[in-house]
Amino acid sequence: MKTLTTTASATALATLMALGLAGTAMAEIKIGASVSETGPAAFLGDPEAKTLKMLVEDINANGGVNGEKIELVIYDDGGDPNKARTFATRLVEDDEVVAIVGGTTTGTSMAIIPVAEDAEVPFISLAGAIEIIDPVKPFVFKTPHTDRMACAKIFEDMQKREITKIGMISGTDGFGASMRNQCLSIVGDYGIEVLADESYGPQDADMTPQLTNVKGSDGIQAILNPGFGQGPSIVTRNYAQLAIDLPLYQSHGVASKGFIELAGAEAAEGVRLPGNALLVPDLLAEDDPQKPVVTAYKTMFEDKTGTPVGTFGGYAHDGLRILVDAITRAGSTEPVAIRDAIEATSGLVGTTGIYTMSPEDHLGLDLSAFRMLEIRNGEWTLVE
Amino acid sequence: MKLSNKQATLLVLALLIAITPFFFPSSYYYRVGSLIFVNGIAVTGMVILIGYAGQISLGHAGFAGIGAYTCALAPVHLGLHPGLALVLGAVISAAMAWLIGRPILRLKGYYLGVATLGFGILVSMVLANERDITRGPDGIEVPDLGLRGLLKDMGLNLNNSEFWYGFTGLALLLGAWLALNLFNSPTGRALRALHGSEIAARTVGVDVARLKLQAFVISAVYASVSGSLLALQNKFITPDVAGYMHSIEMVTMAVLGGAGSVLGAIFGAGILTMLPQVLTVFAEYEQLMLGLVMMLVMIFMREGLLPSVLRLIRGRGE
Repeated sequence: MKTLTTTASATALATLMALGLAGTAMAEIKIGASVSETGPAAFLGDPEAKTLKMLVEDINANGGVNGEKIELVIYDDGGDPNKARTFATRLVEDDEVVAIVGGTTTGTSMAIIPVAEDAEVPFISLAGAIEIIDPVKPFVFKTPHTDRMACAKIFEDMQKREITKIGMISGTDGFGASMRNQCLSIVGDYGIEVLADESYGPQDADMTPQLTNVKGSDGIQAILNPGFGQGPSIVTRNYAQLAIDLPLYQSHGVASKGFIELAGAEAAEGVRLPGNALLVPDLLAEDDPQKPVVTAYKTMFEDKTGTPVGTFGGYAHDGLRILVDAITRAGSTEPVAIRDAIEATSGLVGTTGIYTMSPEDHLGLDLSAFRMLEIRNGEWTLVE
Repeated sequence: MKLSNKQATLLVLALLIAITPFFFPSSYYYRVGSLIFVNGIAVTGMVILIGYAGQISLGHAGFAGIGAYTCALAPVHLGLHPGLALVLGAVISAAMAWLIGRPILRLKGYYLGVATLGFGILVSMVLANERDITRGPDGIEVPDLGLRGLLKDMGLNLNNSEFWYGFTGLALLLGAWLALNLFNSPTGRALRALHGSEIAARTVGVDVARLKLQAFVISAVYASVSGSLLALQNKFITPDVAGYMHSIEMVTMAVLGGAGSVLGAIFGAGILTMLPQVLTVFAEYEQLMLGLVMMLVMIFMREGLLPSVLRLIRGRGE
């Protein structure tokens, strides 16, 4: 019995020491981040983490914020909401950060929200779903545009081409399903009818049957594919194999060079999707306010990491810029003062768009943030 | 006074739960503590299944998923109090375990492992795909348990992490007490006989099929309660809770710490819950280190970490 107690207390002590060691030294302004550097969402979280580290280094090298240096405390939640919540608690309670940037996926963001709201620490999410900011929560903001905005952008483009009857083929993953619902809920406003509504699983390797069904529906004028990951590439390839002669619209979820490579430039020819300025810095007009911002970020990211820049790292860029801008304007590192300053963000130029927040709008982007892109010869081109 | 093994285990556990908070520098440590307790509850169930009865399950996260989603859905659709939803989840899990346990517990070894694995994957697929009910892979909010507010009205003002530390700590003590009682009961002895040799147990008149089923159902209830507590604590849950990795984690925790002893298994849950927190600096190597620790334990300490270490200490003392 005695040995049992001794071991147990020794264990408890070792535990405490181990946890204690993990703590870090004091710094001037502490900003926390929990992103999914590893795990299934690593293709989102990895560029986000690299961007945050790179920007903080750059800001500190240029004199910091209000004369104080930033310390970034960053954790890898592996895409697991339970871990994200624990890390958020750690950031708030143990590291005592003044704000949190992160929450790579909708799941991890939703897990961080109660912690941030409870502790009254501002949280800027990097995930897509509209639930994060609707209804508005006082301390929660986000940088990526919502699915609904992507749908609206696509439907506007369809209207311009006088398309009124479309078929949809959606992934059943979180992104595809959420966007499908959003698109269906607003499609009527644009006088467009959905004649076919097919779906595929995230692991499916062939969508020919679904596409044949869509193609077979009478009077269809275009196909829309809300999806994420490899699915849309396969849809695009199958669509070319079936020689479907209708415009194909993809979502902002595949707005990366990887999509064109996976689908093949030939199959992707003529595909349209809503993307942001970061994909096409060279095509932007000289007087476009986003041009210097996206060019600077693209150059810095590609020099530093040697990998091509993508939309997702851009979300982290915008999140940190909004935060730093707010801290500068607030002239304070009080979380509540920072929150108020974030809410008053106005005309801040990011890579995703130009942010103007308000008490009713904690995203601050409008449809102009999206550019309608078309793939020509394996390259992005601007439609308009 | 001479303490029995059961009393000693409970005493150590209670003391650990009560005393460690005095060393906590911030309330984040309460959060880690309560996660250890939640995992500890699931792992105590694994002790009954693996340690006592000698059966393997690679799908117990499925029951955790049922428990978690019952807490998310029953209050909304049935108007149940979240606390009662926890009980309902346990009942559903028990019924489900009883139904699927009858056919699949005829299997042994790998076959049983694969069958249970299939069940776990099935549950997580249903949770991810039945989006009209479960809201799909992005997860769903879970209503507040309301107990913290009640305590506040009674003059006991705890912050969220502190409350859950205490609540899950008590739940773990209760779970450990029940498991230890079972160990010393005739059923427990019969289970251990079954673990030793199924044929020998049958020869002396043990109803092997019924006992295996019992152990399976009981451990499913533990997993379900653990899932419910996780959901209620996080107020948000995704289908990951029923995922394959979570099942493997449960088995790993039990085997690492010592599947034969409740305290050992909880110790294993503690290590594996803290590891990612301690190793944030080595996040990239976390899986590697976990695999290494696991292999070393399997090769050199086949009873699990805690029992082996205790034996070592005792051996030296003599």
